[in-house]
Amino acid sequence: MEMEQTYTQPNESGHYGDFGGRYVPETLMGAIKELEAEYKAAQHDEVFQKELNHYLKDYVGRESPLYFAEELTAKAGGAKIYLKREDLNHTGAHKINNTIGQALLTRKMGKKKVVAETGAGQHGVATATVCALLKLECVIFMGKEDVKRQELNVFRMELLGARVVSVDQGRGTLKDAVNEALRYWVANVEDTHYILGSVMGPHPFPQIVRDFQSIIGRETKEQVLDKEGRLPDAVVACIGGGSNAIGMFHPFIDDLDVRLIGVEASGHGIESGQHAASLNEGHVGILHGSKMHLLQDEAGQVQEAYSISAGLDYPGIGPEHSHLKSLGRAEYAHATDEEALEAFKMLSHTEGIIPALESAHAVSHAMKVAAEMTSDEILVICLSGRGDKDVAQVKAREEGREL
Amino acid sequence: MSRMKMEQTFESLGNEGKKAFIAYIMAGDGGLENLKHQMLSLEAAGASVIELGIPFSDPVADGPVIQAAGQRALAEGVTLRGILEELARIKDDISIPVVLMTYANPVLRLGADTFAEMSDEAGVSGVIMPDVPLEESGEFEVPLRRYDITMIRFITLSSSEERIKEVMEGAEGFIYAVTVRGTTGARAGFDASLYDHLESISKMTDVPVCAGFGIGSREQAEAVGSHCDGVIVGSRIVELMHENNIEEIEALIPENADIAINASN
Repeated sequence: MEMEQTYTQPNESGHYGDFGGRYVPETLMGAIKELEAEYKAAQHDEVFQKELNHYLKDYVGRESPLYFAEELTAKAGGAKIYLKREDLNHTGAHKINNTIGQALLTRKMGKKKVVAETGAGQHGVATATVCALLKLECVIFMGKEDVKRQELNVFRMELLGARVVSVDQGRGTLKDAVNEALRYWVANVEDTHYILGSVMGPHPFPQIVRDFQSIIGRETKEQVLDKEGRLPDAVVACIGGGSNAIGMFHPFIDDLDVRLIGVEASGHGIESGQHAASLNEGHVGILHGSKMHLLQDEAGQVQEAYSISAGLDYPGIGPEHSHLKSLGRAEYAHATDEEALEAFKMLSHTEGIIPALESAHAVSHAMKVAAEMTSDEILVICLSGRGDKDVAQVKAREEGREL
Repeated sequence: MSRMKMEQTFESLGNEGKKAFIAYIMAGDGGLENLKHQMLSLEAAGASVIELGIPFSDPVADGPVIQAAGQRALAEGVTLRGILEELARIKDDISIPVVLMTYANPVLRLGADTFAEMSDEAGVSGVIMPDVPLEESGEFEVPLRRYDITMIRFITLSSSEERIKEVMEGAEGFIYAVTVRGTTGARAGFDASLYDHLESISKMTDVPVCAGFGIGSREQAEAVGSHCDGVIVGSRIVELMHENNIEEIEALIPENADIAINASN
């Protein structure tokens, strides 16, 4: 289905240029090599692909629409703006594109148990969902702070049959949840698969997650060709770990006339030091199995990331984004909490679509980019998730309460 | 020269029919100013090698005890550079070999070349990097080799025979055999297959095989040690060092590291 690309990263050893790799304890090497082999086989396995497509269509609800946002276009006063509606997927975000694929891989490998990490709970819910569907035993690690902030998502995961483990270590956020999920995987690797939630971690995870998420960009390409008879001039997506962005970017990497724009979370502002802008402000580092841009201090200790949006506050970044940045193929901008909140409300008023706070970062920056483009140019925003999960938080903030 | 120091240690232990006892502590847990005293205590207690942990914010291979020790050290403001500088100052007082155990990121941030140079000045014999498998080791190993510092490799219970051979090819210093599936920290008991596993890998190489992760008592040290060339004890020593309980550490070490061959058979 996908055309041959001249861009062929990662290489055989799982590197994207100078980034990526497999920085894991020796105990996991066997498992990640097995996963690599199984995944290669699955890519050419017709039964697997047929099953995956079946679930994507009838369970997830793909393809997701590419919607011409006429009101938004008028408001920006520049390029024609389209929204790729990943928010309309089952469970409300792009996360399930990956979890359904990896759950099917788990079954193919003959494993019956799954471990995953979650920050805000979106990946946890998407994982618990497919585990319920495919009858896999599921344990989710979630930072203590996030458990408090995202009570409803904890209930959702439990409703779906998952066991949620609250992580006390560190500051009790996503980074710590990944640490604990990795430790759990080391101890249970014989019968357990780790469903990583973003294009991060050791090879082959960044590739597997990218490939499952690339359906976003592939559909977008077909849809925009169908509606406009040509490719867009720019695609814009928000970036935490970077899975929806790479899913949108990857099919366009060879199309050099298409600008690829990622939007990181700059929280209280870059200068405040409280942000999650790894690509803009980080240094090359190694964490959770991969070499990438990483927020860290002078001594190489990893720093906490901050964003109003719990799905973006990760101190690292998918290694392929680090590579695309070093190539100059993709641009990486950022948007603050305030800008994201403004876009959250603006899109709700303008188009009747409440975006996830994560996606609102992309919307905010895309409006600036679109305004500088001409009316015969086309810009696509990846609307990675819906905002229902965020309304309580935004309401509390409006009322001057912290949640 | 640094690697030779460790080789000589293993050689003389071997000649005397003794097993190596490698004692792990977290550098800076209790303040860097106490490092010299802590290392001398371990040496006096009968340790044959000191494994010095470098604190890291995200130690994925470690269990709760070493995680907590790392947090205490970081709270003291300890850095990799500071530890290496302190080691360089005290190295002449320590006669047993020192190996560093560090995650990759602090080394990458310092620079692999600077790290190798400073490790040499600090008298370090070897480096253990739990998140750097063979596939990614070149970047760190090449500069270390220039100073004759060994990068210690791991073999685990899940390593296939093919993998074990791959790891052994070119291994130096000692091989770190991980005794459990999981993170560091004392365990009540071991997998039934452990002793066979240790014996079969020992037969495959001339490099000493030392077993670690999960060993927390003298009985375990003796039992495991009788199936390989030495044992590594971490979490239990870290706990005792935190309590400043040197006598108990001494009691952990099989008499002067003198585990008679086949003692527990």
